Amino acid sequence: MAMTDLRRETAPDAAGGARGYRPRATLSVGTEWRRQASRRRTRFALGFMVLLPLIILVAFQFDRAGDDDNGGGEFASLIEMATSGGLNFALFSIFVSASFLLVVVVALFCGDTVASEASWGSLRYLLAVPVPRARLLAVKLVVALGYSLLALLLLAGTALLVGTLRYGWSPLRSTVAAQIPPGEGLLRLLGILGYLAVVLLAVAGLAFLLSVTTDAALGAVGGAVLLWILSSILDQITALGALRGLLPTHYASAWLGLLSTPVQTDDIVKGAISATCYATVFWSLAFWRFTRKDVTS
Amino acid sequence: MSYRESISGIGWDERDLRSDDPRPPDRGQVVAGPARPGHRGQSGLSPPSASGSYGVLMPSLLLARLRRALRPGAGRGPDGVRTGSGASAGSDGARSVARAGRWRRRLTRRRVIAGSTALGLAAAAVGWAVWPERTSWSATDAVITVHSGPDGTEPVQLDTTFFLPHAASAAHPVPAVLLAHGFGGTKQSVRADAEDLADLGYAVLTYTARGFGRSGGQIHLDHPDYEVRDASRLLDWLAQRPEIRTDASGDPRVGVVGGSYGGGLALLLAAHDHRVDAIVPMVTWHDLARSFLPESTGRDPVDGVFKKGWAGLFFGSGGMTGPGGLTAPGDATGPGSGPDGTEAGDPAEREPGAGTPPGAAGGDPACGRFAADVCAAYLRIATSGRADADAVALLRRSSPAGVLDRITAPTLLIQGEADTLFPLSEADANARGIAANGTPVRVAWFTGGHDGGNGPQSDQDRIRYLTAQWLDHYLKGTGPAPSTSFTWSRIAGFDALDRGLIASGFTTTAYPGITGTSRVRVPVAGPAQRIANPPDGNPAAISALPFAGDLSALLDRVTGDLPGQHARFESAPLTEAVDVVGAPTVRIRAASPTGEAVLFVKLYDVDPDGPATLANGLVAPVRLTGLPADITAARPVGVTLPAIVRRIEAGHRLRIVVATADQAYATPAEPVTYTVALGDSAPAGAAPGNSAAAAPAPLTGAEVSLPTVAGEPIATSAAVWRWVLVGLLAAIVLGLVVLVAVLRRRHRRQDTSVVAEYADTPLVVRDLRKEYADGFVAVSRIGFEVRRGQVVGLLGPNGAGKTTTLRVLMGLTRPTAGEIYVFGHRLTPGSPVLSRIGALVEGPGFLPHLSGLENLRAYWRATGRPWEDAHLDEALEIAGLGDSVHRKIRTYSHGMRQRLAIAQAMLGLPELLVLDEPTDGLDPPQIAEMRRVLRRYATDGRAVLVSSHLLAEVEQTCTHAVVVHKGQIVAAGAVEEIVGESPSTQFDVSDPEAARAVLDRLSGVRVLPGTNGALVVDTNGTARSEVVAELVRAGIAVDRVVPRRRLEDAFLALVGENSRGSGDR
Repeated sequence: MAMTDLRRETAPDAAGGARGYRPRATLSVGTEWRRQASRRRTRFALGFMVLLPLIILVAFQFDRAGDDDNGGGEFASLIEMATSGGLNFALFSIFVSASFLLVVVVALFCGDTVASEASWGSLRYLLAVPVPRARLLAVKLVVALGYSLLALLLLAGTALLVGTLRYGWSPLRSTVAAQIPPGEGLLRLLGILGYLAVVLLAVAGLAFLLSVTTDAALGAVGGAVLLWILSSILDQITALGALRGLLPTHYASAWLGLLSTPVQTDDIVKGAISATCYATVFWSLAFWRFTRKDVTS
Repeated sequence: MSYRESISGIGWDERDLRSDDPRPPDRGQVVAGPARPGHRGQSGLSPPSASGSYGVLMPSLLLARLRRALRPGAGRGPDGVRTGSGASAGSDGARSVARAGRWRRRLTRRRVIAGSTALGLAAAAVGWAVWPERTSWSATDAVITVHSGPDGTEPVQLDTTFFLPHAASAAHPVPAVLLAHGFGGTKQSVRADAEDLADLGYAVLTYTARGFGRSGGQIHLDHPDYEVRDASRLLDWLAQRPEIRTDASGDPRVGVVGGSYGGGLALLLAAHDHRVDAIVPMVTWHDLARSFLPESTGRDPVDGVFKKGWAGLFFGSGGMTGPGGLTAPGDATGPGSGPDGTEAGDPAEREPGAGTPPGAAGGDPACGRFAADVCAAYLRIATSGRADADAVALLRRSSPAGVLDRITAPTLLIQGEADTLFPLSEADANARGIAANGTPVRVAWFTGGHDGGNGPQSDQDRIRYLTAQWLDHYLKGTGPAPSTSFTWSRIAGFDALDRGLIASGFTTTAYPGITGTSRVRVPVAGPAQRIANPPDGNPAAISALPFAGDLSALLDRVTGDLPGQHARFESAPLTEAVDVVGAPTVRIRAASPTGEAVLFVKLYDVDPDGPATLANGLVAPVRLTGLPADITAARPVGVTLPAIVRRIEAGHRLRIVVATADQAYATPAEPVTYTVALGDSAPAGAAPGNSAAAAPAPLTGAEVSLPTVAGEPIATSAAVWRWVLVGLLAAIVLGLVVLVAVLRRRHRRQDTSVVAEYADTPLVVRDLRKEYADGFVAVSRIGFEVRRGQVVGLLGPNGAGKTTTLRVLMGLTRPTAGEIYVFGHRLTPGSPVLSRIGALVEGPGFLPHLSGLENLRAYWRATGRPWEDAHLDEALEIAGLGDSVHRKIRTYSHGMRQRLAIAQAMLGLPELLVLDEPTDGLDPPQIAEMRRVLRRYATDGRAVLVSSHLLAEVEQTCTHAVVVHKGQIVAAGAVEEIVGESPSTQFDVSDPEAARAVLDRLSGVRVLPGTNGALVVDTNGTARSEVVAELVRAGIAVDRVVPRRRLEDAFLALVGENSRGSGDR
C-alpha cells in the first residue's frame, strides 16, 4: 500500500480547518439534491406523481362502458367535469390527491431526510466533516421542500399535459362558479398549487420535527401522517366549534375558494397564516432541538 | 346545485310555520324562570366540557406519547450508550441497580417540566370548558296583563322576559329595547338577540305577542288597537321601572327592534306612540295588502295576484299555534322542522294542552287564534283569489303604509334580498315614506330574508353592527351619528370550507332606492308567442317554495317553466358584466280572448354553459285587463320586476320569461290561451340565436332596463387577516435576520485562539466528563494526549466510555465538563478543526443504495473540499475492495463496510485519524494489513487514535495506550512501558505446594496469592532462569514459564476475568 503523499503538509486556516475546508461550502444544496435523487424512494415518489394522472386517465376510459351511475351524486359530476378539459383533469387529479397522497409524499420527503441519515449512521459522518448542524438542517429542509414542490408540480404538470392531450384545452369548470377561460384557469390552477404548497408546509414542518427527533424514518413519516389524519378527524367534529380553526387541517381545502368567481381569499389567507405559524413553530423546534441534541445514532 | 340548497338555518320566526310545534325553533337552551348561567361552548350540545378539552388535549397528549415512543433510547433503557455485545450480558446485580435508579432516572427535570406543563394545560382546558360563563345581565320572566282594544279596556296577558344588565340601577338607569318576534314565534325565538342587546347594556323586554305561545288574546295582525296598543302598554311598564332611563315621566328611552311581524310592529308602534326613540324594523312590510296581492304594473291590491303560498302558511300557522291547538310535543321531527326542531325544550315551556287531538280545544277550528275579522278576510281572499276593498282595508290597517308620516323615531330598515314574501320594494317604500318627514332613515340589504334565512356570517355581522351603532347613538347617546349610507351585499359563491354561502358587501353614500343610480339597457327580442293558462292553475311553474328549507334541494330539478305555458325572449350575450342593484323593468304586450290575463314575468340570468337562474326565485305577477284578442293591437305595459342584487357575468344572456301559472300564486281557473310579445318591434340586429330559428314570426323587442349602483366594497375581516399574514411573514423574516445576525456575532466572538502549548499536538483531552440526561455518567474523568507520530490505543472493556469519548471528540455529543484541543483549537460540535480529523465512530455509516465508490464521492462532495485533496485512490487502495467498490453497499459484508469506512476516514489524509474498533469484522490477514497501514500512517507527523476492547490489538498496533475503565483512566503511557515485562511470572509446575516452599526460600521472590494450579510469582529482580533452576534443583517439574506483562495485569486486575457490569457505575 502506497502512502506516498503522507508527508505533504496540509495548511490549516485560522479557524483550524483543513485546507480547502469552508463551513459554508459543506453539503451544498446540489450535493444534498444528488444524495436524495440517488434514492429509490425519491424516484418512486416522483415517478408515481407522473404515473397517477395516467392511471386516472385510463380509469376514466373504463367509465364509458359502465352504465352504472357510478355512485351518483357529486362524484359522478366530478368525473363528468374532470373529462371536460385538461385544466379540469389537472384539477381533478389535485383534488383526489390533495387530502392524502400529497400529505404522504411531503411527509416522506421531509420526515425521512434526517431520520434516514441517522438510521444509516451517515449522519454522524456528515457532522464530523463537519457540516455545521444548522447548515445541515437548512440544506436538508430546502432540498426536502424542493422535492415536495417538484412532486406537486409533476403531478399537476403531467395531469395538465395528458389531460389536455386527451380532452383538449378548454375552460375550467366547477360546480361552484361559472366557467373560467383557459388562460385565467391556468392562473387559478397555479394559485391552487401555490396554496396547497403553503398548506403542506405544516405537514412538512411536523414531519421535519419528527425527523430530527427520531432515528426511525418510518416513525417520522408515519407520525406526521398520523397526526395529520387525527387533525382531519377532529376537524370533522363540529362540536369543537372555533377550536377547529386552530387545527392545521382546517383550512386545507380552502383552495376550492379559488374556483369561485370572484375568488374567495378569506380562508386562503387564514389557511396561509395557520400553515405558516405551524411550519415556523415546528421548524424552530426542529432547529432548536437538533442544534443542541447529542447525536447518538 | 342551487345555493339555496345549502341554507338550512332560517332565523325568522315564520320558519316554524311549517312545524306543528310552537316551541322556539332555534334555541337549544330554553330557560324558564330566572336566568341560569350559560356555558361556554356550543349551545344545546352537552357536555360542552368534552368538546372544549379534547380539542386541546388530544393532539398534545398524542404528540407526547409518540415522541416518547420514538425516542431512540426509549426501548433500550437508560444506558443507551452500550455498544458492544459483551455489555448486553446484564447480570441480576446490574438489573437491580437499574431498577433502583429507575424512578430517579425517570424523574428527570425535563420530564417533570413537560409533565407539569401538560397537566397545567389539561387543567386549564377543562376549567375553561366547565367554568360557567358569567352573564352581564339577569333575566326575569313575568306575565304582564295589559289593557288594550279599541277602548283600552280589554285585558290580555302577555308572556314576557325582562333582561336587565347588572350595571343598571335607579342611580344609573339604562335605555330599553322592546324586542318583538316574528309571526308564529314566541319571546324565546328572539332570546339570543335579547341576550346580545343586554350584553350591550340595554334593558331588553321580550314578549310573546297576543295570539301566540302562552300569551292570551287573538291575532289581529299588528292592529293599532291591539298589538300596537299592547306594546304601548309595555312601554308604560318600562317607564315604571326605576332602572330604565326616561325622557320624561312615563316616557322611557326605548327602541323597538323586530323582524317581519315584529318589524311591522316596530314601524306601527313608532307611528302611534311617539315615546319610541329609535326603531330597527327588519324584513318587514310596507303594505300588507300589496305584499299578499302584488301587481307589478302598478295596479291596486284589489287587482293584485294573490300570493297564496305564503298566505296559506301564515294563516295556517296562526290557526294552529296556541293552547289546545295541534301542538304535539313528539312531533318535532316532522319534515319541515329541520335540525333545530329536534332539540328538546324545557318541559315548563310546553303548552298545557299539548298532545290533545286536533279540534279538541274550544274556538273556531277554521280560524284558530285569528281574530274573526282577519280570519273572515283571509277566507274571502283565499276562496276567490281576489281581494275585495274591505279585505284590502283590513290589511292596510295593519300596514305602516298610511302612517309613515307620523314616524319620528330614527329608523334603520333592514331588508332581505332572498325574500319572496316582503321583497326589497317594501323597505324601499318605507324608507321613502319615513324620509319624507325628515326622519333619519338608513337602509341595509342583506342576502337572507324569508327565503334566505339569516344570510352568511358577514351579513349577520354587518347587521348586528349597524343595529348596535343605531341604538347606541339614538338611545344611549354614545357614538357619532350613524351615516345614512346604504349598504348591501351580493352572494359571491359557496364557501369553500363549510359549503355555506359567502357574500361580498358594498356601500355607497346615499340610499338610491330600487331604481338604482344609473341603468344599463339590454335589448331582448323574440317573436310573439302563444301560451296556455292551465285549468285551475295546475300544473304550474315553481319559482319559489316558501320556506322550502331542505326541500329546496329539489327545486333545481322541478323548477323551470312548463312547455306551452311560457314565452321566452332572450338578449345577445352581454359584452361586459352588469351588477344589478334594484328593480329591472321591461315592457311587454299581451293579447287574450277574454280580455284579461294573469301573467308572471321573470328575469333569468342564462349561463351559456350552465343553467338559467332566476334570482332568488322572485317573479313579477301582473294582471292585465282590457286586452285585445290580437297581439298586434296590444299596447305595451311596463312591468317592474322584483328588485335583485346580482352580477350578470359577461357572456351571459338575459332571458325574459312570461308564464301563465305559478305555484305560489292564485291564477284564473279557466283555460285560456294568451299571446305575449315584447313591448316593441325588434331592433335590427337584436336577434339572439334560438329565437331566430323560429323564423316566420316577426321579432318583437324590448329593452330590459337594469338599475345599477356604484358601490365601494366593504372591507371585511379578511383585509385584517391579510395584514396579519403580511405581518407574520415580515416578523418571520425579521426574526430570521436577527437570528442570523446574533449567530454571526456569536460565531465571530467564538474563541478561535490557539492554545500555544498544544498547537502542535494533534489531540489533548482534559478532564472530560459526560453525564447523560438521565443521570448516567458515561465518562467521569478522562484526560490524555495524542502527539504527532503516535498511534494511541484507547483500551477498555465495552461500556468503559471509549465510544462516548470519541463521540465528544467528533462533535456529536457535548461534554458535561472538560475540554478537547485539536492542534490547540478548542473543539466544540461543528468546530472547523474537525475537518482535520478523519473518523470511524460506532461502525460504518453509508447510503445503502449507493456503491462504495459513490459513497466515498458523496462524502467528499459533502465536505466541500477540492477533489485533489481527497486522495481517493489511496483510500480505495486501503479499502482493498477491488471491483466490489462498484457494488451497492447493501450487498457488502460487515468487513467490507468496515474497510470502506476506514478508507472514508482516511479521505483527505487527515492529520488525526480516529478509529473506533477498526478491526471489527476484519479477517486476520486484513487485521495485520490494517496494523501496518495505521503504523505507517502515523510515521510522518500524523497521529492515530484507535479504540479497542482487545488487548492484543492495542499491543500490536499502538505506540501508546490509554486504558479506560468505568469512565476513568486506569493506565496510560507508551505501550512498551505498560506492555513491557512485568516483574511477575507465571509458573506451571507439577507440584505447586513444593514449589511454593522452594520459592519462599528465595530471597525477594514472592508468590502472589489468588491463583490456583499455576503460581504467579513476583521475581523482584531475580532472574527467571535462576528461579527455574532452583525449582528443577528441588525436583519440581516445570511445565511452562510465562512472563506476565504489566498491561495484562492491569487490565485483568481492573476488569476482572470478564467485563460483566462494566457499563454500570
